[in-house]
Formats: sequence, C-alpha cells, structure tokens
Amino acid sequence: MAINWFKYSSPASFYPVVDRTIPWFMGSAVLLAIIGLYLSFFTTPDVLQDQKQYYRIIFIHVPAAWMSMWLYLVMAGWAVIGLIFNTRLSFMMATALAPTGAIFTLLALWTGSFWGRTSWGTWWDWDPRLTFELILLFLFIGYMALHTAIDDPRRADRAAALLALVGVFCVPIIYYSVQCPDPNSLNCRALHQTSSLRSIESSILTSMMVMTLAYWMYSFAAVFIRLRSIMLEREKGSDWVNELLGRMK
Amino acid sequence: MSEFFSMGGYGFYIWSSFGMTLLVLVCEVIWLSRRHKALLQRLQRMARLDSGAGS
Repeated sequence: MAINWFKYSSPASFYPVVDRTIPWFMGSAVLLAIIGLYLSFFTTPDVLQDQKQYYRIIFIHVPAAWMSMWLYLVMAGWAVIGLIFNTRLSFMMATALAPTGAIFTLLALWTGSFWGRTSWGTWWDWDPRLTFELILLFLFIGYMALHTAIDDPRRADRAAALLALVGVFCVPIIYYSVQCPDPNSLNCRALHQTSSLRSIESSILTSMMVMTLAYWMYSFAAVFIRLRSIMLEREKGSDWVNELLGRMK
Repeated sequence: MSEFFSMGGYGFYIWSSFGMTLLVLVCEVIWLSRRHKALLQRLQRMARLDSGAGS
C-alpha cells in the first residue's frame, strides 16, 4: 500500500489528523502514567545501591531528561527539514515543540535539584551535565523568544530554525559528559552519576520505561494541541480554515 | 498510609518533585486547550463579521 506522505505536508490535510489523534495520545498518556506511578511506588525496592527511598525521583527525573534531549533533537530535525524543503508545516512543528521541550528541561532540572539535595547534599552544582541541561533550557527559551521577536513569520521561522540547529551540540555533551569522570583530574570531573541502566533491577527499569512512554504520549498530545492553534492562526483567511469554521457552526 | 507519604523521611523531596511535575504538565494542557477554544471563537466571530459585511 502506497501512502502519499506529501499529502500530509500541508496544514489543510494534516489538521484533521492532528485533531483526531489528540484524545488518543492524551488518553494513553494518562493510562501509562497511572500504571507507571503504581509500578514506581509499589513494585520497586526501597533502596537502590547506596540510595534510600529518595531515589524514586528517578522515575520522573530520568524520563524528563530523556524527553528534553529527544524533543530538542526532534525540534532541530523539523527545523532542518524546513530549511531544506521550505515546508511551512515543518517550521510550525518545530515552533510547537519548543515550549513542551522547555517544560521537560525545567522538570528535569527541578526534580534533579531535589534528588541532588538528598544524594549529593547540594541543590545545584556546575557539573557539565547540569550546566549543559541549563543551556538547553536557554536554547529552548531562546528559540521561542527569537521566533516571537521577528514580525515576519517566514523570517522568524528561518532565524529560529538556525538557532535550533546551532544548539544541537548541547545534546551529545549532556549525554556523554558523565562518561569522563576522572577523580584525579581537575579538568574532567563530573559529579553526576553515570548511567547504571545495565545493572539496575528490572522492576526499576520497567517503571522508568513506562513513565518515559507516558511522557512521550503526553508530548504528542501537548505539541499537537499547540500545533493545531498555530496552524489556524497562521493560515486564517485561507479556504481550508474558512471551510473548517463553516463546518463548526 | 502516613508511612507511605513520609517515604522514609524523604517525603518532602519526593512529593516536591512529583507534585511539581504533575502541576506543570496538567497546567500546560489546560492552558493550551483553553487558548485553542478562545482562538476558534475569535476566528468564528471574524468569519461571521466578514460574511455579514459581504451580504
């Protein structure tokens, strides 16, 4: 079966798809979150290696950090597609992703701060991973600020897309910076723990994965609601928007 | 029950994290949905005005 994907590259034909799928993404996000929270609190052990109950912040902290990096890559990806093919829907997608990405970055920092207070004894440290996660937050906010600051939407799209593209360097730094801890070196020392996914108990891993899926479904829902508004706002006066408004009376 | 909420003495840290996450995510979708409804109403009003002026 051949699907003509280019059909969906226009807001007119993509709007109904977005409109129909939002309740499904929201529903699965809520369902997965309920299952994930149940698993996180009732099936997992009370200690993780040297950490006591407070390690349970892992179930919302790690998924939030993953989502922040993932949403940045997706945003930059749509920005690049927009720059290459000059498709207006790609830019709208990137613009719709930025605030949700910023929110997950903020949540990763917030929850990490409470976890850090208990396990490291400090709310904040200028550790490479923490610092670049903060820069990622500024990149998301910078994208939004630059986009709103330029009046001509097409120019705003291209300028903000370029910023998104330049900021991609942050993601591998956040991801790999914990791998360079040499306790004897002053130049290359990370406070943040390295990933222990391979050695972790399966109940903890399962809960984390379910929570990550819940966040992902939530991101689809939130980004699509925002995309829906952006499409209407930017295409108002066009035939398809008028037809849609006519049908809704 | 209170034993569950105290989380071995770390309740403050755990519930501050989970509470903030829930609050922020719930607020985001409510705000976005309201904004979309308001936008639809505004566009419909504008469309009615246009068709009224045309006839």
